[in-house]
Amino acid sequence: MAIIEAWYRLVSIFPFSWTHYNFMNNALLAVLLVTPLFALLGTMVVSNRMVFFTDVLGHSALTGIAIGVLLGFHDPTLPMIILAVVLAVSINLLKNITKASMDTVLGVLFAFVVALGIVILSRQGGFVKYTSYLIGDILAVTPKQIGWFFLLAVVVLVYWHIAGNAMIITSINSSLARSRRVNTFLIETSFTVLLAIVVIVSIRLVGILIINSLLVLPAASSRNFARSMHSYTLGAVIISIFSGITGLIVSYYWGTASGATIVLFASGCYGIAALLGKRLIK
Amino acid sequence: MKTCEHCCTKIDNLTVRFGDNAILDNVNLHVDCGEVVGVVGPNGAGKTTLLRTILGEMPYQGKITFRIAGSASKKPKIGYVPQKLQFDLSSPISVTDLVASAISRHPIWAGVSKDLSERVKEILSLFSAGHLLKRRIGELSGGELQRVLLAIAMTPEPELLLLDEPSSGVDIKGLSLFYQIVDDLRKKHDIAVILVTHDLAGISSYVDRLILLNCSVIAEGDPKEVLSNEKLVKAFGPTLWNISCLPSLKSPEDDKNGNH
Repeated sequence: MAIIEAWYRLVSIFPFSWTHYNFMNNALLAVLLVTPLFALLGTMVVSNRMVFFTDVLGHSALTGIAIGVLLGFHDPTLPMIILAVVLAVSINLLKNITKASMDTVLGVLFAFVVALGIVILSRQGGFVKYTSYLIGDILAVTPKQIGWFFLLAVVVLVYWHIAGNAMIITSINSSLARSRRVNTFLIETSFTVLLAIVVIVSIRLVGILIINSLLVLPAASSRNFARSMHSYTLGAVIISIFSGITGLIVSYYWGTASGATIVLFASGCYGIAALLGKRLIK
Repeated sequence: MKTCEHCCTKIDNLTVRFGDNAILDNVNLHVDCGEVVGVVGPNGAGKTTLLRTILGEMPYQGKITFRIAGSASKKPKIGYVPQKLQFDLSSPISVTDLVASAISRHPIWAGVSKDLSERVKEILSLFSAGHLLKRRIGELSGGELQRVLLAIAMTPEPELLLLDEPSSGVDIKGLSLFYQIVDDLRKKHDIAVILVTHDLAGISSYVDRLILLNCSVIAEGDPKEVLSNEKLVKAFGPTLWNISCLPSLKSPEDDKNGNH
């Protein structure tokens, strides 16, 4: 992997002790790819009030892993993705036909996927094996995984380029969007599928417990001062990358879990943005 | 002035069901180009459903035919101004974003180019909204938002314009400006307009024909005649007459009717 070697050489220019460790350099590269990706997706998650929805998707990983274990998969990523995608598409279908409150429906699904996953994984007291999924481990990221993140980043960018405007108009009013010949169902479905894949693939990095924060916090922070979609997106991306790099490096010195440290910095950004932006309280 | 001789929207025996209930029952409606038809009716009368059916969002029985000059029964361009929008007031979407995302394919999250921004400004200026360009949509008054939405609905120029409750959340001054712009548009561009409202007093001088809808068409004709109809007065009751004189008051229909 010539690209990875070049990256190691580039990072070694910096006079920090952590640049001597390839796992830190890998993690830094993963952070640089994943954080802007999450920021971009997060802008639409926050705009469309899908925060709880993505939390359900993230937690469905528990059941996804469990299904993988039952079926004898060595790496449960595939069943995790399939379950999350099926869940995302069904919730989206249900949203269009149900009269029930989606808040309640999501609450029920959340409970179900978490409980089912834990029940299966905890047979004979074996749950401890899977706790790494709960908090994640960026430092264990491999160059091959980084390649996948690069591919995902390209897919999301292309999708954003093609469907960005349609998503914005759909988020404002779906009838208005349809009157402009936007296929709102296709837009919503494709977005949720993309979201499910990105969230699940990234769970190894930050963990089930806090993956949603990484999605929500940068966009929520940016929303406090943004005055256009452009500044909203840009603000979220900058805050996300900043929290990612700062959190990763600080976690090295503190000896703490990187994912949680990153989220802690993102929360700090939200606090500052909310105070300065003055939009949180009327 | 564009002339168009034979285009029209024809709705025959339209029935829309939601479960076992017929929301619209055997509705017949004919709108010629250049004509403004007002649709009034009590809560749950199926006014918004009628518009959504014309937009092609609801399964229905009956026939909806569009005839456009030159091309028979092709699907027309429909401009639609939704009922008062419900969105997060802290939304970062600016007026430029809203218009640009509707009229252009250039992805606006990456920034709005100068050309596009100029075009948006030009369009908005036609609707007395050129000065709103940089505002966030949460900072607009009801009337300002209606004009921005009307600007979007008119770009590109539609053959049929659907207006859903333009009176809700708009003050008297804003409303008469809105009606004047609509009146101008149909005179200049010869488009057909269907206007759903319960602002009875305000619209009578702007609409050519008034339809009282309550699941089916109860009365239809010259606005003054329909308004003097006893059935109509009975259907609406005195309270709504009062509300039409005080558009700043929120009527229950603003909250409820959105889902029908």
